[in-house]
Amino acid sequence: MNYAAFKLSRDSKNRLTLLDEIQQKNHQVLAIRAFPISAPDEGIALVDHQGNELMWIENLQDLPTESRRLIEEELTHRDFMPEIKQINSVSSFITPCIWWVETDRGDTCFTLKGEEAIRRLSLTALLITDQYGIHFLIRDRTKLNHHSAKLLDRFL
Amino acid sequence: MQDETHWCSFHYQKELALTTYEHAGVGHIELFDTQSRLSHWCYTVSEIHSAHHLIKCFNQQLNHYLKGRPKDLITDSTHDEIGFTEKVSTSIEEQTPQDTVSTWILLRLWRFAKPYKARLLIGFLLMLASTAATLVPPYLTMPLMDEVLIPYQNGNPLNVDLATYYLSGLLGAAVLAWILGWSRTYILARVSERMGADLRTTTYNHLLKLSHEYFGAKRTGDLMARIGAETDRINLFLSLHLLDFATDVIMMIMTAMILVSINPWLALITLLPLPFIAWLIHLVRDRLRTGFEKVDRVWADVNNVLADTIPGIRVVKAFAQEEREVKRFYDANQRNLEINDRVNKIWSLFTPTVTLLTEIGLLIVWIFGIWQVSENQITVGVLTAFLAYLGRFYLRLDSMSRMVSVTQKAAAGTKRIFEILDHVSRVPEPTRLIHLPNIKGRIELQHVGFRYGTRRVTHNINLIIEPGEMIGLVGHSGSGKSTLINLICRFYDVTEGAILIDGIDIRSFPIAEYRKHIGLVLQEPFLFFGTIAENIAYGKPLATRQEIVAAARAAHAHEFILKQPHGYDSLVGERGQALSGGERQRISIARALLINPRILILDEATSSVDSKTEREIQAALDNLVRGRTTIAIAHRLSTLRQANRLIVLDRGKIIEVGNHATLMAKQGYYYQLYLSQTGHADADLSSPVDSNNHESNPTKEWK
Repeated sequence: MNYAAFKLSRDSKNRLTLLDEIQQKNHQVLAIRAFPISAPDEGIALVDHQGNELMWIENLQDLPTESRRLIEEELTHRDFMPEIKQINSVSSFITPCIWWVETDRGDTCFTLKGEEAIRRLSLTALLITDQYGIHFLIRDRTKLNHHSAKLLDRFL
Repeated sequence: MQDETHWCSFHYQKELALTTYEHAGVGHIELFDTQSRLSHWCYTVSEIHSAHHLIKCFNQQLNHYLKGRPKDLITDSTHDEIGFTEKVSTSIEEQTPQDTVSTWILLRLWRFAKPYKARLLIGFLLMLASTAATLVPPYLTMPLMDEVLIPYQNGNPLNVDLATYYLSGLLGAAVLAWILGWSRTYILARVSERMGADLRTTTYNHLLKLSHEYFGAKRTGDLMARIGAETDRINLFLSLHLLDFATDVIMMIMTAMILVSINPWLALITLLPLPFIAWLIHLVRDRLRTGFEKVDRVWADVNNVLADTIPGIRVVKAFAQEEREVKRFYDANQRNLEINDRVNKIWSLFTPTVTLLTEIGLLIVWIFGIWQVSENQITVGVLTAFLAYLGRFYLRLDSMSRMVSVTQKAAAGTKRIFEILDHVSRVPEPTRLIHLPNIKGRIELQHVGFRYGTRRVTHNINLIIEPGEMIGLVGHSGSGKSTLINLICRFYDVTEGAILIDGIDIRSFPIAEYRKHIGLVLQEPFLFFGTIAENIAYGKPLATRQEIVAAARAAHAHEFILKQPHGYDSLVGERGQALSGGERQRISIARALLINPRILILDEATSSVDSKTEREIQAALDNLVRGRTTIAIAHRLSTLRQANRLIVLDRGKIIEVGNHATLMAKQGYYYQLYLSQTGHADADLSSPVDSNNHESNPTKEWK
């Protein structure tokens, strides 16, 4: 894809804007991952606030460094998906229950509403949705420590 | 009909006519001349082919006779070539159910045991060894009693060495039995678990290969019960009960042998109640067998109620029929109770009777033993050993009698599973396969007729659809539009005539291969539980992400997918993200686009959505239709604006063909249909949303 006409910047309000070379017009855009779980770096769409797609990026790696940095920054804000490193304890084995976990974004606790909130992404990867809709990722459950694996196993 | 059994002969003559009609499964052939009905014959509709063939031959022969040139009978070349006609016509007999279940049906499970022969043999040997090991301890009670305890009681000093020797033998045998028993159970349970899994997968696999028609006739709950519960029951039988049963039998044979070797007379007395118990088992078995089969059927009933109401919960609630459904469930349960009560009545009597008989057996042994000891025929040790063995022996007999019910249940389950496995698909795979990697998409229907049960749905349909042509099927509901599509998709096979793709009968292609060329978009798009990406790639699981996105774009689905919380990774389906009807439809259009089929079938693809959504879908469909042979059914005639030809169906027959303009000029059936719809469209226009939008008025669309 040709990214030559691609001008991405932040406006005064720190919003991501895309400059349309042909119409000479700035668009406020949102960066959206098409495959946030299965392929986070592939297929990123820049859409305006009505949801119309303005730009499609096949792969983040193809972009010039500056634009890539901007998009990555935007995506980190947008897709908040902490990765669970360790499960410290759970309040009960009957849902709803509270989980105390260590994630790559720090320690936290969340409420698991039901077992169906744990979604299997693959044989090893799990996505846990808490009561407010925040997603916690377990990238590889075989790599969790023994204590965490034992706790997790009670819910699978 | 008795007086009609004699032979009649009629000569070919002018004005002779042979006709056939059928009603409710019975076909009639009537022979007329100008004035009257000469004769009348009946047949079952399974012979409809022959009847039509007969009439065809009759007309041909008559024609030739009148012109004075008799000729050989015509043969139907398309049928004989491929050799599927017999299969179709025999399928009715295949379904006649067997009335009784024989326990021997369990032997049919051997098919699933075959791959595990070696492990089964090892398991069996281990079973022999472990059973033998468990029989050592009672044998040791004999010398313990006679050589250690009795001499001590008679005043001799305790022989500690001998006692230690026998006791360690006791311990050794127990440990050995433990190890052998463990390995036996482990190996055999593993094998039977795998057999059960194979059975389940094979049944499911077979089930999915059965034709559309089979699913139409069966109820979901019943099929679910069969594959889920029945296979589980068989599995349990194989892994637990059969194992126990085999151990029991071996144990009993070995015990009997040991008893006879120690003292034949005492053994005879001991084994006396055995024939009684065997007779009792036999007596009860027959009653239980039918009882358990009934239980299974009733259980399927209970499941059926659930399978009906849970998917239809909105209808149930909308019509406030919860109580009725609860009543239905209650009734099904009540029947379940009744039948179980009846079975339990026999059952409850059975077990205590067996126990009573064993107690009486023990009593007899005591009496006979004491008498023998007093006569100095046997030692106290022998009597002790006998009683020890006997305890085990009757314990086993008791558990074996329990086997009766389990075996019967498993046999009933096996029968029901094999009912599925034995069912031959009514859309049979052809005997001579023709592979067709690429097709042009020319569809030809030759004298196509189809009957559903005894009801004739379509009749003598002739139609040629050129590659890339778009055909619209029009007609009132029940006119046979969907049937025609089901036939082209080969969900059903035609009962008369043939459907050809690029000049080849579709029955000569492997079904799965043939359907790869067909893209189907249904009125109610079905999304499976999984991500949007998985749903789009359903027909082509190895599609790349780029392909998926491209298909979604072409289906105008890309942008709304991006709005989902996880984009293409969002979950849809049963308990997933709620998507609107139009969105689901566009996903299903993307699904059809991705497999890039030559033939496209749109079955009321836009009827369940509002007109705004319809326009969105229509835009997606326009992309899809391009360059493909398309057959579209639409209730709203506006959807068919691109169609090259419209086929108007009524009561299973084509009555008009042509494009919109010619059909309108003809002022026939289509004209009427169209007028009734424009009235409907005008009503649409008057609604506030669409009042400014003239596009939704189909009159503007037609040229």
